[in-house]
Amino acid sequence: MTSSQRRNATREIASSLGLVIAVAVCGILIWELVVWAFGLPKALLPTPRQVLSAAIQERAAIARGTMMTGIAATVGLLAAIAVGAIISVAFSQSRKIRLAFFPYVVFLQTVPIVAIAPLLIIWSGYQFRTVVIVTVIVCLFPIINNMTAGLMSVSTDLSDLFQLYGAGKAKRLLRLQLPTAIPYLMLGARISSGLAVIGAIVAEFFVGNGSSYDGLGTLMTGWQARIKTDALIAALLASTLLGLLLFAAVGLVSATVLRRWTRHPS
Amino acid sequence: MTVTAANASSIACRSLTLRFPGGVHAVDDVNLTIPAGQIVSLIGPSGCGKTTLLRLMSGLQHPSSGSVDLQPTANTRRGEIAFVFQQPSLLPWRSTLENVLLPLELIHWGDAAARKKAAREILDTVQLADAGDRMPHQLSGGMKMRVSIARALVTNPSVLLLDEPFASLDDMLRNQLGQLILGLWQQRQFTAVMVTHNIAESIMLSHQIAVMRDGRVSTPIKNSLTRPRDDSLRRSPEFGEFYGTVSDALRNGQ
Repeated sequence: MTSSQRRNATREIASSLGLVIAVAVCGILIWELVVWAFGLPKALLPTPRQVLSAAIQERAAIARGTMMTGIAATVGLLAAIAVGAIISVAFSQSRKIRLAFFPYVVFLQTVPIVAIAPLLIIWSGYQFRTVVIVTVIVCLFPIINNMTAGLMSVSTDLSDLFQLYGAGKAKRLLRLQLPTAIPYLMLGARISSGLAVIGAIVAEFFVGNGSSYDGLGTLMTGWQARIKTDALIAALLASTLLGLLLFAAVGLVSATVLRRWTRHPS
Repeated sequence: MTVTAANASSIACRSLTLRFPGGVHAVDDVNLTIPAGQIVSLIGPSGCGKTTLLRLMSGLQHPSSGSVDLQPTANTRRGEIAFVFQQPSLLPWRSTLENVLLPLELIHWGDAAARKKAAREILDTVQLADAGDRMPHQLSGGMKMRVSIARALVTNPSVLLLDEPFASLDDMLRNQLGQLILGLWQQRQFTAVMVTHNIAESIMLSHQIAVMRDGRVSTPIKNSLTRPRDDSLRRSPEFGEFYGTVSDALRNGQ
């Protein structure tokens, strides 16, 4: 990339960021205007300023909740990547394994997480571990689906090349299939990063307020019960930010540590 | 430790047949002998079985019946048969040098230092000595193909199989790379079989030209044009005459 190209790219990012901020400012103004024009009560829809003051007032709880949910979502996402990668490798090595188990992976995707969370709470208790398990279940499908596709997408030429030089299954996997699959895995991880926060918060709804665990989801259930709408919206914004942060972190890892593999998918 | 000098192998296909499920003959009773140290071109229309025949010769595919014999038996040492594909097919996450190192790593040849030395030498031969650290996406199409040729030759194979290696390149690059192959052959005297659609290319490079049609190979046409062959040969009447002969054979499928 030449310096003038880089300047153009920077200018483009700055202008699109400007547009995003402009839309946000307009949205906040309209929100404020709607509450004022219709005289809506605070319990139904607080103004942006009321949300801000609730956020400041509850900052300790929200910060701690964001931290807890963030840790649970991150641990869940990382565990899903590890478990998903192992399952994908098994799928890529044997057609029989793939045929026998892939339908169950699809099942994992279609089972409503809201329905499975209470069951997991009965089995695993009102605690951090349960939130992580729910997150793993939610994150697993995009990882397995993408990574298996990546492991299977090795070009015939390269496959022939490895065969010609007598490379066995292990060498093929390590030196050809896994490097080919990295961009696919990261694409899956990117999709799952958004799902991870959703999974963690859904689990936290069921873990409930009053237990020793207090993530954003547990805070939300508590504030909903007390109709603290302003704090509820503040927590909602925090969870959105958390999702964005996790998404950006996955993107950053792709673009830096794994750049060699992700820059030019084969 | 240096790569041992290549001993060119002759290739003998005896009643070589490959039937696909459903009874279609991809390769049908091919009897073809390629003398050691010669370049033979296989030309023919698309889908006539050229690539399949090349894969049978390389051992990547097994025949339904018949055999491919290499003399002296080359299969004892891995890396004895090399393949250049239609596309450069480089590993995008490996640098130029690392791509050329790959076959040596896969066959466990020498130690790391010796491998690097051999890879650098062959990169130098294909005029890419300065491009060792570049990644494939930083190379032009012609450079990628040269890396692919270097990767094939790094093990110093006795047999080089080329499957339309220049099909996706423009005419000028095609000629340049053809000359490169000729130069490498003069140095190393390997046996080569090249699949091509291009009659001129097959005349410039090969000792014999075999026409293939519907899975069958006709008796190879001997190319007696003098060597070394450079671009001036293309303007000679002998070249034109031979071009006509090959062209007729291709049209008549014999």
